[in-house]
Amino acid sequence: MSSNDVAISVRDLSKSYTIVHGQQRRPTFRDLVMDRLRNPFKRDQKETFWALKDVSFDIKKGDAVGIIGRNGAGKSTLLKILSRITEPTTGEIDLYGRIGSLLEVGTGFHPELTGRENIFLNGAILGMSRAEIRRQFDAIVDFAEVEKFLDTPVKRYSSGMYVRLAFAVAAHLSSEILIVDEVLAVGDAEFQKKCLGKMQSVATQEGRTVLFVSHQMAAVERLCNLSILLREGKVADFGPTAKVIPSYMSDASSSSDGHFSLMSHPARPKRFTVPVVQRLIVSDGTGQRPTTIMRSTGGLSVDVFVVPNRRIAEPIVAIAIEDSFGRRLGTVASNFQRERPAAAILPFTARCEIPRLNLAPGRYLLSVSVSDRYEGLMDSIDGAAWIDVEWDNAYPSGEQYTPVYGPIILEGSWQLNVDSVETEVSAAAG
Amino acid sequence: MTLAVISDQPHVKIRPPKGWAALSLSDLWTYRDLLLTLAERDVKVRYKQTALGVIWVVLQPLLGAAIFTFVFGRVARMSSDGVPYLIFSFAGLLAWNVFNSTLTRASASVVENSRMVSKIYFPRLILPLSTIGSVLIDFAVSACVMVLLMVVYHVHPGWPLLLMPIFLALLFMAATGVGLYTSALMVSYRDLQYALPPFLQFLLYASPVAYAASSVPASLRSIYYLNPLAALLEGFRWSILGTGHPQPAALAYSIVVVLAMFVIGLVSFKRMERRFADVI
Repeated sequence: MSSNDVAISVRDLSKSYTIVHGQQRRPTFRDLVMDRLRNPFKRDQKETFWALKDVSFDIKKGDAVGIIGRNGAGKSTLLKILSRITEPTTGEIDLYGRIGSLLEVGTGFHPELTGRENIFLNGAILGMSRAEIRRQFDAIVDFAEVEKFLDTPVKRYSSGMYVRLAFAVAAHLSSEILIVDEVLAVGDAEFQKKCLGKMQSVATQEGRTVLFVSHQMAAVERLCNLSILLREGKVADFGPTAKVIPSYMSDASSSSDGHFSLMSHPARPKRFTVPVVQRLIVSDGTGQRPTTIMRSTGGLSVDVFVVPNRRIAEPIVAIAIEDSFGRRLGTVASNFQRERPAAAILPFTARCEIPRLNLAPGRYLLSVSVSDRYEGLMDSIDGAAWIDVEWDNAYPSGEQYTPVYGPIILEGSWQLNVDSVETEVSAAAG
Repeated sequence: MTLAVISDQPHVKIRPPKGWAALSLSDLWTYRDLLLTLAERDVKVRYKQTALGVIWVVLQPLLGAAIFTFVFGRVARMSSDGVPYLIFSFAGLLAWNVFNSTLTRASASVVENSRMVSKIYFPRLILPLSTIGSVLIDFAVSACVMVLLMVVYHVHPGWPLLLMPIFLALLFMAATGVGLYTSALMVSYRDLQYALPPFLQFLLYASPVAYAASSVPASLRSIYYLNPLAALLEGFRWSILGTGHPQPAALAYSIVVVLAMFVIGLVSFKRMERRFADVI
């Protein structure tokens, strides 16, 4: 790699934070003064936490690199340092080219200002000059589809319009290096597709360098040719995305005996403060002891332990299966069937039985949700559990079914009328 | 893209901070459009959803001047150095408001824009500095009222008017100097937003705004002029109305203190700004 091709070079980057024990909130003057008076000789109990430790990598110009890892692996810290929002503790970074960072859409948007005014404001905050924004103005408005509302204060915008406008400004940043953090997790499906498409053209057609952080493996796979896997502040893997994603998936959980505790789970949305689904037990169709090893054409059963935080008038429990790219393959929900369950106040167990998985060998994730037919969702966790599916020699011929054929094993048969084919071929030859 | 273009691309080095941070004025220059845009935003947003809008810029100091005229001019019968009390106190408030507004807005600037600070890179100095713009516009509007009052009361300025911009600049500098320091400190200690108003209240009465410095007993005057604002505010009013006698020694002292405050404010802001994103 000649030095001219490098866009980002990171060497031995570390970042530490100091955690002061026994301190829940921000200290005020009073706290500091009173603490000093009470315990004049006491030293604060401090602990150093390394959010990043000795991270090194080089990224070439025009590469689109995904940064993946579990929550707390250091992804956000890395992005913040690369965007110059916070400074490293040790190490060096060299960036060749202008940097545009999109850690959040619509930073600095002011609700009282009009769409037009906010385009200029947000553009300036992202580092564009006025002349540059003026040049891009029509393209931005066009992309956001808000032409009619340009002179309306954005506080009157629908949330969809707001997000579209915000993304549109950011997408027209003309920097050589673009740093993007999960901004695609906003807007409706249609607009998400448009955003992803735009990001893709930025990377592949315009030849700019893109760094992309996301939990959506499908998006990372589509957008990024390379990926970096961070684990506890260190680079655990760096290479082609198709190779790195599987090692991330094996990171996703460490339990292997079929028991998955969900008391605290990083994938639980923050609005669900009480863990309603507390435990999953996964076992194969034989109903014997819990396990995560499944057979391709065998069954799956999942026990869901539900502890209602209030009366559930009519509980609905659902299990979805996703592949390692985060694509949802199917869902089994309790309200698919006819009989309606009684109201629940006390903890209960719900058992889901899938008689035949028909899945290609590989790792799959199980998502679980509990809702009340009348009150809506009460708890939901994506990737709450995982299963490893192994080929069980279901074909009498001994042929293997591999993921290349697709994730779902369809049941079907062939009848080949070989005689007539042969005749036609020989007729054509004659 | 040709090789020549590539080698033209900026090269950004990120290193751990060491010792005294450079001022990086070139960075500030690159982001000059942001400085203007933020100042513009502050002006546009401030009086949105108010019935009287920009009239408040004029009304606030006028009401203040009217109160001072009643309390100090009528009730306490203090001297206004021979000009009508209303115009005298309005001139004082004109200058005081420059200091007061700049300091108040600059102090809150970093905390108010915490989302920007934690999500985007830009020279943090821009936040407190951009408040100067909106104060300057307020000043311009109030200055028009001042001219009007002078016409009505037949007060004619002399050559000292030429010195007015210098006093104005010094007042801005004093407020920005303190404001840089307090805005950075407020990131860690929100206490400041409660401590600042009473402090400013005290400073208002410890400065020649509502009354003339000549009303201060001569025995106390040397202590009185320890307040660096005293000579500046007196000088500002003198430059417009010709009242009072700015003492060169007090003025020289003020200028030195203000410059020192500005440098200290700037340096401590640069030192503290590294931790903004981690703490805010």
